[in-house]
Amino acid sequence: MTGLTMAQAINTALRDAMTADETVVVFGEDVGPLGGVFRVTDGLTAQFGEDRCFDTPLAESGIVGMAIGMAMNGLRPVVEMQFDAFAYPAFEQIASHLAKSANRTRGAVRLPVVVRVPYAGGIGGVEHHCDSSEGYYAHTPGLTVLAPATAADAYGLLRQAIALPDPVVFLEPKKLYFAKEDVDLAAPVLPIGRAVVRREGTDATLIAYGPSVPVALAAAEQAATEGRSLGVVDLRSIVPFDDETVAAAVRSTGRAVVVAEAQGFASVASEVVARLTEQCFHSLEAPIRRVTGFDIPYPPPKLERHHLPSVDRILDTVDELQWEHA
Amino acid sequence: MTAPATTYDLVRLIDAEGGVVASDRYALPEPAVLLARYRSMVVGRRVNDQASALVRQGRLAVYPSSHGQEACQVAAAAVLRPGDWLFPTYRDSVAIVERGVDPVELFAMLKGDWHCGYDPTVLKVAPQATPLATQLLHAVGVGHAARLKHEDTVVMALCGDGATSEGDFHEALNFAAVFRAPVVFFVQNNKYAISVPLARQSAAPSLAHKGIGYGVPAVHVDGNDVAALTAVLDEAVARAARGEGPTLVEADTYRMQAHTNADDATRYRTSEEVEGWLLRDPLTRLRAHLTSTGVLDEAAEARFAAEADALAARIRAGLNEDTVHDPLELFAHVYAGGSPQLDAQAALLRDELAGPQDAR
Repeated sequence: MTGLTMAQAINTALRDAMTADETVVVFGEDVGPLGGVFRVTDGLTAQFGEDRCFDTPLAESGIVGMAIGMAMNGLRPVVEMQFDAFAYPAFEQIASHLAKSANRTRGAVRLPVVVRVPYAGGIGGVEHHCDSSEGYYAHTPGLTVLAPATAADAYGLLRQAIALPDPVVFLEPKKLYFAKEDVDLAAPVLPIGRAVVRREGTDATLIAYGPSVPVALAAAEQAATEGRSLGVVDLRSIVPFDDETVAAAVRSTGRAVVVAEAQGFASVASEVVARLTEQCFHSLEAPIRRVTGFDIPYPPPKLERHHLPSVDRILDTVDELQWEHA
Repeated sequence: MTAPATTYDLVRLIDAEGGVVASDRYALPEPAVLLARYRSMVVGRRVNDQASALVRQGRLAVYPSSHGQEACQVAAAAVLRPGDWLFPTYRDSVAIVERGVDPVELFAMLKGDWHCGYDPTVLKVAPQATPLATQLLHAVGVGHAARLKHEDTVVMALCGDGATSEGDFHEALNFAAVFRAPVVFFVQNNKYAISVPLARQSAAPSLAHKGIGYGVPAVHVDGNDVAALTAVLDEAVARAARGEGPTLVEADTYRMQAHTNADDATRYRTSEEVEGWLLRDPLTRLRAHLTSTGVLDEAAEARFAAEADALAARIRAGLNEDTVHDPLELFAHVYAGGSPQLDAQAALLRDELAGPQDAR
């Protein structure tokens, strides 16, 4: 399909999943006739009826809690948390119940629920609309945490997420919602749990996910014009994590920078660095570095560009990877 | 559609002395039903007291007893049909036993073997909820899914007075009302949330009054009168099954013992208060009624006592048995497909369990 946006790809994934499996139901705030504040659920109520795609009262704990019960009773709910920071009221339901049910019941009550979260910044959003909340979910055993960076992955990963017997937090980078891409929806997509090398490189490896992938690719493009070959790995799946692909890429170059919008302290980026240090120590030519958001509350719109990883900040950090020893 | 059921005046069909109280709305359940409830309450009281004894013997880590609330416990489960769901809390072990779950499996949690010892899908009994009020939303979800599937499943969602302060209580009542979910919200108001009295939970005239704000019919019922509980809950289940939506039922009862064995109730309530409630014991009242009406004789009483003895013996035997644990099961259920990281951690634990492989 030519010129497909990520929002349209997700919409198509929902539509195709609902067509393929009548137990798939979609609900949340404004997802019905309005089609969601980002129009991701556009047309679903009209096509499938109010029993399959419906608005709920405005209460996130209620949405996830009800999804848990519906999954207990044979349905496959896909719920939308309008914005990242508005999902926090649902956190107890997610962390204490959604994530733990299968373990608590020795596998008897698995919960095939997908929690879609429009997430991260770069859209000029006001406070509470731009959090990078992946760390909270990634730290919660029992959750699968996905962050697509392309429309093709958004489609393929969401179809896989809905088919999974366990709960998934599906993080949709808001700033990529309306980026257009030529997509072959029928093409096979790598499974959940696999990272992908988006660009081969020989000098250093950039590791990114979600909204940071295009930034890392732009940095690699810029570096190439300056005579440095940077590879880019897109994690796609934060949990489970693809140690094999990521470690192989880093071993091949001996240098790496992890790029993520979230604040860096105790973050997914920190976990990636720790894992790679354990697995690739003898291949490393320099300490692995991070380019992340600062350890501050998400900035107001006019200041967010100073906070978010940029091509310049990535390249400056690459410059510090002890090239004098190369 | 029936008229809204809302009744803030306490519904009571049998008084504390065993006498029948006339009601123009609810019929006294049949004698055979009351006798069956009595049997279950005798067994339930024994389950409570046996479990408490096993805590003192170190066989259970802790037991939140429903001693004194057996009428609520028994009625909540007994009014359900086979396909209906029960959502219990940690204090609702007797309701779970009444539903038919093996108490030895049930107490695996408090014994420390696993977080939930029974398979919730077999008898439609959700895991005992330890966080407060979270399970009420799951109950709404099960009910709403049943409606979407055109099934007449009813969900009995239990909580206590303390849980009505939680946000999820509000969200569950509101969602259930909006979606007309077939849920009976059954609040056992036992007057205490550990040490904090009802007056610190709510300034509402009653917890049943909370229903009106959601558009949910509510009934306030004597929680130590199993006849009234049966009549009220039967009606609520029937309403839900007919597609007429949720009902909120507040049972006026009392936690006769401490929160758990780890609690010291003398720090926050008087013995006079407790003694007043002992006079309203749900078993005493029903025994008086059934004896005076000739429904319960000594032979039946002895038979029920023997059944309770047998179950207590089974619980003791089951819990005195040391469970064989497989530590590697810790990794078995987290993800249906496992994960490379958990596989590696399981391998580490497997090596530790195997012990040193080389002589050192």
